[in-house]
Amino acid sequence: MTLLSSVPGRLSVATLLVTLTAPVLAQETPQSGGVANVAIQPEPPGLMLPLVQNAPTQRVAGNIFEGLLRYDADLDPMPQLAESWEISDDGLTYTFHLHPDVTWHDSEPFSAEDVLFSVDFMRETNPRTRAALDHVADVTAPDDATVVFTLDQPFPAFIQAFEVGTLPMVPKHIYEGTDYYNNPANRHPIGTGPFEFAKWDRGSVIELDKNPDYYEDGKPYLDKIYWHVIPDAASRAAAYENGTLDIMPAGSVENFDIPRLSEMEGSCMTEAGNEYFNPFAMLWLNNREGPTADKRFRQAVMYALDRDFAKNVLWNGLGQVPSGPFTSSLAAHDDDLEPYPHDPDRAEELLDEMGYDGEPVRLLPLPYGETWTRWSEAVRQNLEDVGIHVETESTDVAGWNQKISDWDYDIAFTYLFQYGDPSLGIARTYVSDNIAKGSPWNNVEGYENPRVDELFEAAAVENDPDKRQAMYDELQQILHEDVPLAWIMELAQPTIYRCNVHDLITTGIGLNDGFKNAWIEQ
Amino acid sequence: MNFFKRFAQNRGALVGLIILALVVLLALLAPFLYPDSPWRMVQRPFLAPGEIAGFPLGTDTMGRDVAAGLAHGAWVSLLIGLISTVVALAIGVPLGALAGYFGGKIDDALMRFTEFFQTIPNFALAIVLVAILEPSTVSIVLAIAIVSWPPVARLVRGEFLSIKHREYVEAARLVGQTHRDIIIKQILPNTLSPVIVLASLMVATAILLESSLSFLGLGDPDTMSWGYMIGAARTVMRQAWWLSVIPGVAILLTVLALNLVGEGLDDALNPQLARAR
Repeated sequence: MTLLSSVPGRLSVATLLVTLTAPVLAQETPQSGGVANVAIQPEPPGLMLPLVQNAPTQRVAGNIFEGLLRYDADLDPMPQLAESWEISDDGLTYTFHLHPDVTWHDSEPFSAEDVLFSVDFMRETNPRTRAALDHVADVTAPDDATVVFTLDQPFPAFIQAFEVGTLPMVPKHIYEGTDYYNNPANRHPIGTGPFEFAKWDRGSVIELDKNPDYYEDGKPYLDKIYWHVIPDAASRAAAYENGTLDIMPAGSVENFDIPRLSEMEGSCMTEAGNEYFNPFAMLWLNNREGPTADKRFRQAVMYALDRDFAKNVLWNGLGQVPSGPFTSSLAAHDDDLEPYPHDPDRAEELLDEMGYDGEPVRLLPLPYGETWTRWSEAVRQNLEDVGIHVETESTDVAGWNQKISDWDYDIAFTYLFQYGDPSLGIARTYVSDNIAKGSPWNNVEGYENPRVDELFEAAAVENDPDKRQAMYDELQQILHEDVPLAWIMELAQPTIYRCNVHDLITTGIGLNDGFKNAWIEQ
Repeated sequence: MNFFKRFAQNRGALVGLIILALVVLLALLAPFLYPDSPWRMVQRPFLAPGEIAGFPLGTDTMGRDVAAGLAHGAWVSLLIGLISTVVALAIGVPLGALAGYFGGKIDDALMRFTEFFQTIPNFALAIVLVAILEPSTVSIVLAIAIVSWPPVARLVRGEFLSIKHREYVEAARLVGQTHRDIIIKQILPNTLSPVIVLASLMVATAILLESSLSFLGLGDPDTMSWGYMIGAARTVMRQAWWLSVIPGVAILLTVLALNLVGEGLDDALNPQLARAR
């Protein structure tokens, strides 16, 4: 309901449907009490979110730590530790007013000093946060409840950078002047969040307790959250079926098991909460050498791929076929862009036109499990069907990292997070000054286009939304035509849970945002 | 009694031969029966056998024809089984022959070398080799050959030890034949029968090894093999049991057939032993 509440028309239809089909669900007042049992896969390496950024860490530690802001499904900012905020008209000054009466889990008060400390802490430890704070000239705390960021030039995406994973608040009184990585508090993380760390039986369960002094009245509703570590997918599914687990986050259920589990009685599924990260599956196409260096070949690849098949068969219809380089959830997405259709004849024409001589291309799958292996088989078959000769290379995760970092591939699978704004999540893949060996996450395809560089740079610091959109539209058209890489799927992040768990996902950050609104109908 | 009559006296061997012939026929006809790639996605996924005409064995998780996979997989399994056995013989026979014929220090050295390979568990070594060399048909054949030659070497050495003191070998030596001629022309032909029997069993083992490697995801990612089919279907066992069972039965039958044929060959080539049984 909450996600739809901004659209009155849809809300009434939804309410009508709910009343017609399931009058039992009418109860909307949250109830306190109850315990949530959640699957966590794989076991996180640590829970000190400011230092450890792995996906499973973000998922658990979003309950312990908090950022200044959260983001709704349209990626508009919502209050969290910052009760309100103002952005000056010139886009250079961001003023945050902090929530009063916030305390750390060890009862020390939270203040603007902690925010200043966290900014420095995260700049030092996290490259992605460093990049997001690149345009910050100065941060000050005029009083205990106010923080002011001053930028050296307008950077509209800046407001997207206050999510808990990007800029979590770190307790100054614990970390100041210590060796961050060896601080004993890392094993018992202290945050301001709705749940406190209780204990962690390695290889078995992580236990979080309700924070009784939480600053939002009446929240959280749950008494405890248990995160169960169950490495085998079949055992996890069985644990959900027999009632041991209540919530199965994305990635903890094999794709082919999703229909079975979500269609069980009393089982619900949602794809909400995916908007901020929006994992985007792509094929790196090596722009430097071999057939993939030819634009016509890359376009032929786009025409050859049957992306609807992959979506419907491999991902059980979840996710979305992208129309171009920007995912559809981004505000800057150009809605006029037509996706490349599955058109093998057109692909063959393009290959003939460029005079492709059957030179074999190597395909490097992503070694992340069954679905990805099957996907690479489907892509290989799509390419073979239009006459492209494909040789699959198999490797492990380390080898995959290595080969892509060394540019030793022709076509390679990957997926990347979008982080809400093109300048935070997308520019890194296409701008030429991000070409450097050694990382599998930068412009590894080797695409160079001065106009693209120029547009990305100008758009990031353009404060006028219309002008910015015009630049992003032009960018998307250029990239759509050049096909620096193949955009294969906007991955869905389905969460399967018992229908009596309400308000589980209330923001665009999804489960990573914590369970402060979640409640269980008794 | 001629060779075939002796072979046919073992009923099991005859059955084995018939099954094997059918598998070989299937492998040879695969390109004609299913000219399209077995990887091609041709129908709805998860069709049960016989659900739609034209797909007697159904389709797999991605809508690929299981029958086409089975036919093309037969070719791959048999070919890998045969080639790796030939390679293993090419390593094992000369080493065993040299060790048995010359004896002494050469024998010691070669046998210690052989034992070195025998002490490492076969399958573990094969996995390591394929993982290091990166999975491909060549690396799989090599890995299987490398783990399966030691028994050949030991068998050939044993035969050489018993044959090299026979009168006809002594005679050959007296008339001044070279070592090479004695080994190749005099002794080797007389060791062939046990080697042929062993080889037929090795083909069976090789097919099993290849299937196990593919099952673990260490197969050649571009070739459809029976092991791959089972490995890919393992996770959907609860939804579609037939996807694992069909190639599983194919492996079972082929390996069983090869074993039966091996036994029949043993009977036919060693008539005294066979009759005593």
